[in-house]
Amino acid sequence: MVLELQKPRPIWQIMFSTHHTDIGLLYTIMSLTFLFMGGALALAIRVEMFSPGPQFIADSMTFNRIFTVHGTNMIFLFLLPFASAVGNYFIPIMVRYKDMAYPKLNAIAFWMLPPAAALVWLGFADFGWYAQPPYSAISAPSPAAEMWIFGLKIIGVSSILGAINFIVTILKCKHPDLPLSKVPLLGWSFLSSSLIVLVAIPTFAAALLMLLTDRLGVTGFFNPAMGGDPIAYSHLFWFTFHPEVYVLVIPAIGMMYEIIPRFSRKPIFSHSSGVFAFVLLSIVSFASWAHHMYATGMSFTEKTVFMVGTLAAVPASAMHVFNFLATMWGGRAKYSTPMMWSVGGIALFFSAGAGGVVNTAMPLDFITHDSYWVVGHFHLFVFGTIAFGSFGFLYYMFPFITGRMYNELWGKVHFVLIFIGAVLVFFTQHILGLYGMPRRVFDYPEIPEWIAMNQIQAIGAVLLGVGMTIFLVNLIYSSAKGKEANMEDPFGLGGKYYYPYQAKNPHHD
Amino acid sequence: MSGHSNWSEWVYIGVVVALLAWVGAEAWNIERLVEHVPENAEVIKVTGQQWFWTFEHEDGTKETGELHVKKGVPYKFEITSKDVIHSFNIPDYLVLMDAVPGRINTVWFLPVDEGEFPIQCREYCGLIHYNMRGTLYIEDGA
Repeated sequence: MVLELQKPRPIWQIMFSTHHTDIGLLYTIMSLTFLFMGGALALAIRVEMFSPGPQFIADSMTFNRIFTVHGTNMIFLFLLPFASAVGNYFIPIMVRYKDMAYPKLNAIAFWMLPPAAALVWLGFADFGWYAQPPYSAISAPSPAAEMWIFGLKIIGVSSILGAINFIVTILKCKHPDLPLSKVPLLGWSFLSSSLIVLVAIPTFAAALLMLLTDRLGVTGFFNPAMGGDPIAYSHLFWFTFHPEVYVLVIPAIGMMYEIIPRFSRKPIFSHSSGVFAFVLLSIVSFASWAHHMYATGMSFTEKTVFMVGTLAAVPASAMHVFNFLATMWGGRAKYSTPMMWSVGGIALFFSAGAGGVVNTAMPLDFITHDSYWVVGHFHLFVFGTIAFGSFGFLYYMFPFITGRMYNELWGKVHFVLIFIGAVLVFFTQHILGLYGMPRRVFDYPEIPEWIAMNQIQAIGAVLLGVGMTIFLVNLIYSSAKGKEANMEDPFGLGGKYYYPYQAKNPHHD
Repeated sequence: MSGHSNWSEWVYIGVVVALLAWVGAEAWNIERLVEHVPENAEVIKVTGQQWFWTFEHEDGTKETGELHVKKGVPYKFEITSKDVIHSFNIPDYLVLMDAVPGRINTVWFLPVDEGEFPIQCREYCGLIHYNMRGTLYIEDGA
């Protein structure tokens, strides 16, 4: 195990290591760094929107760049690397192998991310995280757009390398005594999400290159002035990024599958139903991409097909919720911080799913599309579900990364503040969307309901900011001065943990 | 599954699937009705460009940023764009359709109340997207 703070070693030894726990640590630190940077941008957006008229952000261009980098950063530089962190720590232990299948490839996949992050942050592009042409092809300023394109290209390659590594580790390196069906659900979640990455990402990789050549003026794939079609980009983009939502959600659900039975002190209600739901979800995730595009002028038949495809993803998600509730039912639950995050995450996952059913019902989509409703809806997924699962899991991993316990009280305060803040911001956004406020606007007219709801959101955002500050202080203080953890059973739950401290790091001999 | 009874999960999945089927069927039926354009609808050509809306009525009159229509007359919008993607939106009438360069998308509506209603752009289109606004004036046709 790592235990860096108890047995310090030179930083270059971690940086140039190929051991899975070291790379897990690098992923953890990187993803948390970008979480706080992206969070600062979100806070800036919400404070700016406190009332009509410019507050402190000078112009709309700056504002547009801020929401673009916020979105890109949170998805690709926080959520995705955090999932890789968890996978790196846990997958080799869960399949009882000494390391990832390809340790050097693992290190390469990580080290592609910092240059990509630099491109995204230093470029500070302005076209939103989906870079919709023709705007991104003919209008968006250089060199920010090109830097974003290259940054995303690198992140895509890194994701594919990481996915190959997880798939081979799970399928080929697992212990011969361990049948695939008995691999823990966290392992299954990484297998499913990695397979989705392999199928989904190449489409966007191609679209990025086409966008780049369009910007250079040598092609016109997405430029109607040259005979191209911008809607073709939307199809290529969402064919990758609707499944990508599941790439993020599935590992977060896997993390909850690790936490909920352990803190309920009861075995999982149904392992096989969890496996089935993961596999089903990864297949169905490819049947719904164009539900993002109803308003682009799709025919009635196309819309119907994608509505059915989208609704088909709901039962699998509902099976997970059922599995969690049935596991907690009658258990002796201990509501430590990781458990609180998981339960809160399930509640918001359910709300997000219910909102998704509304979005996909064709007539209702034309009410919610591109309004603040959509912003609220997907934040309930990416923040309410995925980030909640990730925070809970970070608290869960904390003792065996540092050898110390985090402060339990402040962990719970963090949860309460974030939960209230998330409800204030994201539920309000749903209602604001029904009142017709478009997303991605720098300023808005003085409509009393809009002003009131933006102010509620700003208050919620400040609560989120305070909560995240407490989180950061707790992490730093506790990793240096926290109580020493009982490494056999840090949460006092009994039973056997899948704990990375069992992993032998050659540098610690 | 792993030995214990799973009947409760099957009942639950059944309820979820039934609910989804109901939502899907209702949505299908309502969308079919909503998309049926009345035969007597007057055509208004809507063009979005950075960062304003222009309208052309059937009789050839053009308006910029303002749209005057008559109460009780159904209108069919033929929407396109000159540069990047915009989205034509009258929130009070739930009219929403993307303005895509190179394509003409249609949507229709029936004005029922006299008054002024906001028109806005719902798809991010650059610098002044936030202020790509117009006004819909619904007047008594008599």
